[in-house]
Amino acid sequence: MAALSPPEDFGWTPDQPLIRLVDVRKSFGAIEVLKGVSLDVAKGEAICIIGPSGSGKSTLIRCINALVPIDSGTIRVEGQEVNDPDLDKLALRRKVGMVFQQYNLFPHRTALDNIMMAPLHVLKQDRREVEARARALMAKVRLAGKEKAYPGELSGGQQQRVAIARALAMRPDVMLFDEVTAALDPETVKEVLLTIRELAEEGMTCILVTHEMGFAREVADHIYFTDAGVIVEHGPPASFFDDPRDPRTQAFLGQIL
Amino acid sequence: MSAPPPRRLEPSEAGAPLAVLLPFRPPPPAAFAWPRLRLVHLVGIAGLVLVVGGAAHAQASGARLSALEVIWRWLPLLMWGFGFNILMSVLSMALGTAAGLGLGLLQIGENRLLRRVAWAATQFFRNSPWLVLLFFAMFMIPFQFTVFGHTMPLPDWVKAVIGFSLPVMANMSEIVRGAVASLPSGQWEAAESLAFSRRQTMWRIILPQCVKRMLPPWMNLYSLITMATVQASIVGVSEMLTLTSQVHAAEGGRPDLLAPLYGFAMLCFFLYCYPIERFTLYLERRFQLNQ
Repeated sequence: MAALSPPEDFGWTPDQPLIRLVDVRKSFGAIEVLKGVSLDVAKGEAICIIGPSGSGKSTLIRCINALVPIDSGTIRVEGQEVNDPDLDKLALRRKVGMVFQQYNLFPHRTALDNIMMAPLHVLKQDRREVEARARALMAKVRLAGKEKAYPGELSGGQQQRVAIARALAMRPDVMLFDEVTAALDPETVKEVLLTIRELAEEGMTCILVTHEMGFAREVADHIYFTDAGVIVEHGPPASFFDDPRDPRTQAFLGQIL
Repeated sequence: MSAPPPRRLEPSEAGAPLAVLLPFRPPPPAAFAWPRLRLVHLVGIAGLVLVVGGAAHAQASGARLSALEVIWRWLPLLMWGFGFNILMSVLSMALGTAAGLGLGLLQIGENRLLRRVAWAATQFFRNSPWLVLLFFAMFMIPFQFTVFGHTMPLPDWVKAVIGFSLPVMANMSEIVRGAVASLPSGQWEAAESLAFSRRQTMWRIILPQCVKRMLPPWMNLYSLITMATVQASIVGVSEMLTLTSQVHAAEGGRPDLLAPLYGFAMLCFFLYCYPIERFTLYLERRFQLNQ
């Protein structure tokens, strides 16, 4: 990718972590949701964040593209400081794609339009080129032929794959997945996970919040376990799942597996 | 959308699933139809005409016209007056809708001061009696104004239109705010994460989805403002109610004509507003199903 070292990247080089969080803290009112979270994501790496509900996973992932402002700490995406009042949020979000639990497709536009809207109106790219790319993305997520369908006419799994294609159409450097299979029927979970796995294998940097332990084990290069706003334990999947050290991790895995 | 309606299973069918376990599907709304006049309606209307007209006729001596004849004689004038009511309602609705859309967008805008001002204006005009606003407009707006040396008169009915557009504006402002607030926050988040600016999000993603939600309350509002336009008679605009009372006076102020004449005015408004009401109801049901 040639777009990795424009001036706004603050001298970021590919050997440094693509994303670096240092001591990130965030409170909603009196409730401290993130109590000092630090993690690094290298380019091309896929990491999974797992943990019980309410442990701050979704908040953590939303901080990375500045959907949620943080109280203190450092978040750097390709060297760009996210926790900066002068941050160009739109520039940041062009680099960071996001997929949500509830798909959040735009129901008044067709699947193809959903994919094309942001490149057309945000990046101001050429319509013909965007359409060709959108059709290719539809095929990539195995939805060729559904271009004219409205979100309401698609199954949950199909909608979620359109949402993935929509985020990819911006050609992001990193993709955030926020419990993207949590709202799906068990049968359709597979097709979505397959799409994500292909992305990770192609070298897309992925940060996934997930409850699919089997998937996390197969796809992730690194697992982070959060509980009550802190990262309790992290490591490569094999050691994390087979030899958890912290009692909280052991208890959590014991409940799930 | 195009799912076939679930077939109703006969209890005799073997292996029929328990009814309570079937997913609930509200029945599809019937295609919109103009309210049908049934026999019972005809009887009612005919009865009304007979009672009113009959009473009038009984009181009328041979030399005087019956109520129906009076209405027939003055019909062009009365209809002209009714047309004026419609004109005022359409204009004040157009003016109020445009202003209300702006006010509503300010209410949910990013500028805190403008948000406060828009909220206050909305609340003020929404919670004032329409008639008070009408008087307010009639007496506060000058009867003429000068632009580039040309003096333009401002007839009363134009001032009345402005007066009626004030409550429309305030209610429209709330309709816009409510519709935007009713969209799931995920739509905003998705747009934000795709690097849409706030303005782009509003115009390309949020408002197009709101049109559908705003249409039924907007039509309801139109129906209300149409019926409210007769209040303009109080401030001397020659609309239907004013003309009705003038017709009554021209016919010698016969007390037996009061009920038929005003009854006729009522009927005109009913025949105009009732189909709108029905259509609104139909749209509401259709949109509920498609959410």
